[in-house]
Amino acid sequence: MADVNRGNRPLSPHLTVYRLPLTARMSILHRFTGLGLGAAAILVVWWFLAAASSPSYFDFADGLLTSWLGNLVLFVALVALWYHFFNGVRHLIWDTGEAFEVSTLRTSGIAVLVAAGVMSIITVVIALWG
Amino acid sequence: MQYRTDRQRITGLGTAGEGVGHWWSQRLTSIGLVPLSLCFLFPFVRALGTDFETAREIYSHPFNAVVAILFFAVGFLHLQQGVQVVIEDYVHDKPTRTVLLLANVLFCAAFAFTGIFAVAKIAFA
Repeated sequence: MADVNRGNRPLSPHLTVYRLPLTARMSILHRFTGLGLGAAAILVVWWFLAAASSPSYFDFADGLLTSWLGNLVLFVALVALWYHFFNGVRHLIWDTGEAFEVSTLRTSGIAVLVAAGVMSIITVVIALWG
Repeated sequence: MQYRTDRQRITGLGTAGEGVGHWWSQRLTSIGLVPLSLCFLFPFVRALGTDFETAREIYSHPFNAVVAILFFAVGFLHLQQGVQVVIEDYVHDKPTRTVLLLANVLFCAAFAFTGIFAVAKIAFA
């Protein structure tokens, strides 16, 4: 171990006081939405299993998923899906070695947030009146 | 020991070589999910909140059924790959990590096949 005694100096950046940049926040959110979508996928499988079972069980499952609480959960999942979708495409672009300039990172990050918001609203409109 | 090179000390000890395979496979499922999630989402939000017959009619259509089956297969594989990385990053206790990694594979496979079975049962009815 090189230089164990680092002296009594402040550490920086310290995670509890360091304001994370947009890229870092979006990176955390990508993981978070991914895990959340896993939970939502289980609900979707349950809905399909109900549709494969009987009319009464379908009414129970579909009714629960389209209750106010079910709609709220599914809306959060929808926003998470569009966010994970667009940020995932952003990751795939990064995998080609492109778009790593700091100004581009900020622009692409904001573009992902706007696209996710717009597509969520469009999907809700289609779901309600489509 | 001090006469051995670093390369000699690590050869055969770890995951060297596996990382690229996992990374590559995760890109593959990501790319696959771009069209699949789009094609899955819109029929699904249309079927949601309808009655039993309408929902089954939507998924008796071959395109919707095949898309849903592929979505479950690729989607749950992608979930398994993602959750695996999260476990590897944050769970450092070896026995706990092993149990979680195994449980992750089994749960994702179970939900994938349950979803595929349900869609197939509707489509073939």
